[in-house]
Amino acid sequence: MAINFTLNGSQTSVDVNPQTPLLWVLRDVLGLTGTKFGCGMALCGACTVHMNGGAIRSCITPVSNVAGKSVTTIEGLSPDTTHPVQQAWIEEDVPQCGYCQSGQIMAVASLLAKTAKPSDADIDEAMRGNICRCGTYTQIRAAIHRAVEIKSGVKGGRA
Amino acid sequence: MSVMVSNATNSNFTRRDALRTGAGLFLGFFLPERFLDAQGRGRGQGAVNPNAYIHIGADESVRFIIVKAEMGQGTVTSLSQLLADELDCDWKRVSTEFAPVNPALYGNQGVYGSQSIRATYFPLRQAGATARAMLIEAAAQKWSADKAQLRTDSGFVLNPATGAKLSYGSIAEDAAKLAVPQGVALKDPKQFKYIGKSVKRLDTKSKVNGTAKFGLDAHFPGMLFAVVERCPVFGGKVSGFDATKAKAVPGVKDVVQISGGVAVVAENTWAAMQGRKALSVQFDEGPVAAFSTPDITKMFQEYAQKPGAVAKTTGDAAAAMASATKKIEAEYHAPYQSHTPMEPMNCTVLVTTGVDGNGACEVWASTQSQTGTRQVAAQITGLKPESVIVHSAFMGGGFGRRSGTDYVTEAVEIAKLNPGKHVKLTWSREDDMRHDLYRPASYVKFGGAVDGDGWPVAFTAKVACPSFFGGGRGGAVDGTAVEGIHTLEYAIPNIQVDWRKADPGIPTTFWRAVGYTQNTFFAEGFIDELAALGGKDPLEVRRRMLAGSPRLLAVLNRAAEGANWGKAPAGHHQGVAVVNNIGSYTAMVAEVSVVNKKLKVHRFVCAVDCGPVVNPAIVKQQIESGIVYGLTAALKGEITIDRGRVKQGNFHEYDMLRIDEMPKIDVHILETNNNPGGIGEASVPPVAPAIANAIFAATRKRVRSLPIRPELFA
Repeated sequence: MAINFTLNGSQTSVDVNPQTPLLWVLRDVLGLTGTKFGCGMALCGACTVHMNGGAIRSCITPVSNVAGKSVTTIEGLSPDTTHPVQQAWIEEDVPQCGYCQSGQIMAVASLLAKTAKPSDADIDEAMRGNICRCGTYTQIRAAIHRAVEIKSGVKGGRA
Repeated sequence: MSVMVSNATNSNFTRRDALRTGAGLFLGFFLPERFLDAQGRGRGQGAVNPNAYIHIGADESVRFIIVKAEMGQGTVTSLSQLLADELDCDWKRVSTEFAPVNPALYGNQGVYGSQSIRATYFPLRQAGATARAMLIEAAAQKWSADKAQLRTDSGFVLNPATGAKLSYGSIAEDAAKLAVPQGVALKDPKQFKYIGKSVKRLDTKSKVNGTAKFGLDAHFPGMLFAVVERCPVFGGKVSGFDATKAKAVPGVKDVVQISGGVAVVAENTWAAMQGRKALSVQFDEGPVAAFSTPDITKMFQEYAQKPGAVAKTTGDAAAAMASATKKIEAEYHAPYQSHTPMEPMNCTVLVTTGVDGNGACEVWASTQSQTGTRQVAAQITGLKPESVIVHSAFMGGGFGRRSGTDYVTEAVEIAKLNPGKHVKLTWSREDDMRHDLYRPASYVKFGGAVDGDGWPVAFTAKVACPSFFGGGRGGAVDGTAVEGIHTLEYAIPNIQVDWRKADPGIPTTFWRAVGYTQNTFFAEGFIDELAALGGKDPLEVRRRMLAGSPRLLAVLNRAAEGANWGKAPAGHHQGVAVVNNIGSYTAMVAEVSVVNKKLKVHRFVCAVDCGPVVNPAIVKQQIESGIVYGLTAALKGEITIDRGRVKQGNFHEYDMLRIDEMPKIDVHILETNNNPGGIGEASVPPVAPAIANAIFAATRKRVRSLPIRPELFA
């Protein structure tokens, strides 16, 4: 049975078991590997994507749930790596191994869409579901604050 | 051939034979044997093995071949800095790719022991300097000029006398035809342009837009996806299985037995996982099923009382203990730990049978063991090693786990049964946690004494733990079992350290900082106990005993100063620990509070001497990274065994430090002219003992086992 949804702005149709988690449809069926597998139980956040603009864990979301909806992955966050969160991540040189960062960035992009200027407590609350095993949390926090500045047009940062 | 990363272009995982594309030529180098690393590893035999690290294209592109795979430790960037500085190229034109496996060019290839800078600091600079000398020579010939009068600047050879200049790209092909000069002088560090600077990482862009390719991201049209059901008990074997229901699951293509279990092959990973759930497999569980964690701890405890193989003897510890009036004994232990990188184990393999037996095998893997991966694939396929191509991918964390090749073995076995198809094996998080090669559990019985003035005079340690590094035969001590104890630099006149192998059969291997991780917790905790026994300040005792160890003393003093030792904010308490591992020296002060039986770790102040620093920002990141890794292990990490099986399966049972638990970290880098040391594992070991010692300062309770749970001090 074909399932239709919008993926990174393009109409997409997949013919798979509707129970298949969106994660594996993105990665294995569509070849979009920027979204990562970390736990399969919504415990680590590596698989975070947006559904109609809100962050979801694609590893536990059956693809049938996104039928008729709009899904954005890291590949579709911006056409040229210029989303404010991506820019901030580059300025702060956040990633080490980088594996969790797609999920971190998608979670932050969703946070900033809802909360224009999150406090550290807001960041703790929103981001404690995203594990970084390399321990880039200090850089993540700095980059979130920097992304807020970039969104509001503040220049600067490490070139 | 391998992953390409670049600050100018995106990664291109499927690019084939990147080494041979484009204009220009490789420059070959003859690197003298004296550039062997400290352990004599990492290079081929003799002085005549050419090493290729640099490709300069006629289009002015500069491509560096990165011999140390990237798992977050910054090799793509820092190794490029070494090459670029001596080559004097334009940094903006640098792109990189991971080296193919080629023992003739690169020796044994792997990423271990925080060796990446230690093993390449001089050889890569030599390669860059040699290439630069050849480019100057080529320009000199073209101009009929005296090469001694020429200089270089960011990708150009300049002739100051005439004002002429030639780009590297325009003369690279001529330069490559020249004889490789020997003994080209390296730069005076004062002239460094990139080394020592916090150059931004070359791999960041690809890691924020989804294009960086990790092992798990290998993707090919029509590929197959596999998962494996393994015996839950270590060492157990498949005795039978029924695949009827599994094969009926939509999307499942095949079910095959391999040496390590039963593989389900499907059209996507999730279908394979569903097929696996429907499998019925019988196992012969074997002898390890007799062991659970309480039995193992008891076994280690019993072994620790027995005579062991001697790791270190100084003076006469037994006599000193016998004659001492103030003495203590204490027993410490630590559990098995999982590595738990964010990217679970996985491997993609294509086996082609070819004609006339001329098959080939390609492996896409995030691995710390490039050469080992090729050997495993060659053995299983029966191919010559040269017929196996290993594509090194970015690693989503390694921490020692990816030094193993068990997952490669499984993937090659499955692919061999499906020739002509790319097969990707994926481990679930539960597979990864329950079939890890763990950090060994360990148990130590300490004895110690102080003299009439309260200074330590005797120190004994009886260590009992497994060995994964060749110990136990003929009385040989596994260094990884006692490192962090027998390597202590404290000037104690009587020391005895010995080890007995205690192994219930749980597979173990290198973990980030290896034996130091548990042993520094043990030893630095017990040193604190000796300080308390003598009525001394823990910092004062360490300073006195490290008077003859200038590098440790220097970092200790810097950390104490940075932490304002002895003057913690009200309600906060401090603990200190030091370690000398991987050629570096690290001291750490932890600042904690214990309120209503709740421990909060507020701050770490860490001082490190890792010799010359290639990229201070990356060094700082690695220090922080090691602290977070050590903190997870100190506060949360415990793998428990139930009848030979690992109980924990996912993050709800084996949690990681989260952003809201992140302490403040102050890093002090003491840049010195000593030999380059490692950094990836430097800061892990002191974390647990610094916290435990701070808890003692707060509560007068000694924490002697890990993880540090409230019941241990409240």
